[in-house]
Amino acid sequence: MGKERLVTIRVNGQPVEAQVEPRRSLLDFLREDAGLTGTHTGCEHGICGTCTVLVDGEAVRSCLMLAVQANGRDVFTVEGLARGEKLHPLQESFWKHHALQCGYCTPGMLIAAYDLLKRNPSPTEAQVRDALAGNICRCTGYVQIVEGVLEAAANLREKAETPHGEPSV
Amino acid sequence: MKPVNFDYAAPESVADAIRLLVEARGEAKIIAGGQSLLPLLNMRMARPSLLVDLARIPGLDEVRLSDGWLEIGAMTRHAVVEAHPLVRRHAPLLAAAASFVAHHQVRNRGTIGGSTAHADPAAEEPLALLALDSELIAEGPDGAAKWPIGAFFRGPMTTALADAQVLVKLRVPCRGPSEGWAFREISRRRGDLALAAVAVWLRREDGICRDLRVALGGVADRPVRAKAAEAALRGCAWEPQIVDKTPALLEADIAPGSDVHATADYRRAVARELLVHALNEAWERVGELSPHC
Ligand SMILES: Cc1cc2nc3c(=O)[nH]c(=O)nc-3n(C[C@H](O)[C@H](O)[C@H](O)COP(=O)(O)OP(=O)(O)OC[C@H]3O[C@@H](n4cnc5c(N)ncnc54)[C@H](O)[C@@H]3O)c2cc1C
Ligand code: FES
Ligand code: FES
Repeated sequence: MGKERLVTIRVNGQPVEAQVEPRRSLLDFLREDAGLTGTHTGCEHGICGTCTVLVDGEAVRSCLMLAVQANGRDVFTVEGLARGEKLHPLQESFWKHHALQCGYCTPGMLIAAYDLLKRNPSPTEAQVRDALAGNICRCTGYVQIVEGVLEAAANLREKAETPHGEPSV
Repeated sequence: MKPVNFDYAAPESVADAIRLLVEARGEAKIIAGGQSLLPLLNMRMARPSLLVDLARIPGLDEVRLSDGWLEIGAMTRHAVVEAHPLVRRHAPLLAAAASFVAHHQVRNRGTIGGSTAHADPAAEEPLALLALDSELIAEGPDGAAKWPIGAFFRGPMTTALADAQVLVKLRVPCRGPSEGWAFREISRRRGDLALAAVAVWLRREDGICRDLRVALGGVADRPVRAKAAEAALRGCAWEPQIVDKTPALLEADIAPGSDVHATADYRRAVARELLVHALNEAWERVGELSPHC
């Protein structure tokens, strides 16, 4: 029972292969097998949002998906946002606006915000708040996070950049 | 917080899924989007020996029209129900209900079949399915089974589905131009389960309410119809005096409970308030729908 199996998941463009038990969550796969600890473990039951990643371009809770279910798919994590030393515009504006204190929620906030800007490059404040409603922050009170997302959106529009940090598939 | 160790199978046909479920003799669990099951597994409130994943079965997430019915595959995700042009056109009440389910990240994985089979009394999609007089189709070791939605929910997290039965399809009668709808809910935060929610479907002709179905969530052990309120309005002209009396008629049909989120009295008050708004909204909306398919 619970026989290990080989899964291959492309993480930020790089294939990662590992033998996993079926009960291995995608979250634990990313942290333990891929060695990418940017994606945080919070509640492990879908409430907090800090484990948010993109799977085939769509935002999901990585604690509520099994690694075996992600076999053969493309995953994008917070580590994929920066290009080398150059921070992503969302990271720049989070920094500028003090959108993080302890930083626990930050990876989930960044990916949820990234996902929003991909779908809607000119969100209103209400739309930003709605998109981040599934991500809990214990520290900031959310105001600076919302400011950070709105400014990043404006910067991205000005430079006519797509917010694409995702490797092309 | 890790689940017990279990085995995993991703069969490529419903028949294979049923065979695996039968062979496991009640120890297996179906996994659809996993958005209700994985929390239960992580908390070890469920300890299956095998998960049977429906994700690789072709066709289970199809949305199509068939003889005046909108057919929605059980594996259709909430985000697709919310945005699909056929659902928005022929069952806009259901699309609206899906938009109230959880958060974007959960809607990208969770499925309408999973929500229906899970049968949380506060879940939104079952309310819309009930107000729209839908039917549910399953396959199992003894062949296909079909239920009118009113016969499907048996209690909290309890349905008519037997072990090894797989819900495959939900069928919603297509809606027409003289019909109106509304969905209203109050929850503590955006994306939370409803403290109370109301789904209304009605047919309006020549200023008369010819027919209506009102479904309520969060106020009983399962989704319920507001039968007394329906009876008071059916066949009547739409007079504010009649509509405003319907909240008082709810008592016979609901039995809210108290929990950490809200007291029974508060849920009752919310349901009464939402009812009048939803009824009037549905009445005013008549005419927006496309013709029958
Ligand atoms: C943070 C959070 C917030 C949420 N908020 C809401 C909310 O506001 N409103 C709401 O309605 N829901 C909410 N949900 C639940 C969510 O909608 C789930 O997607 C849904 O309840 C279950 O669908 P699923 O596809 O994920 O099913 P799963 O979790 O995979 O399965 C749920 C149950 O149904 C059974 N099952 C699944 N599919 C079938 C099938 N085809 N045939 C037979 N049995 C089947 C499984 O065996 C299991 O017992 C929330 C979930 C989370 C994590
Ligand atoms: S750890 Fe996944 S939602 Fe909290
Ligand atoms: S910065 Fe501490 S939880 Fe958000």
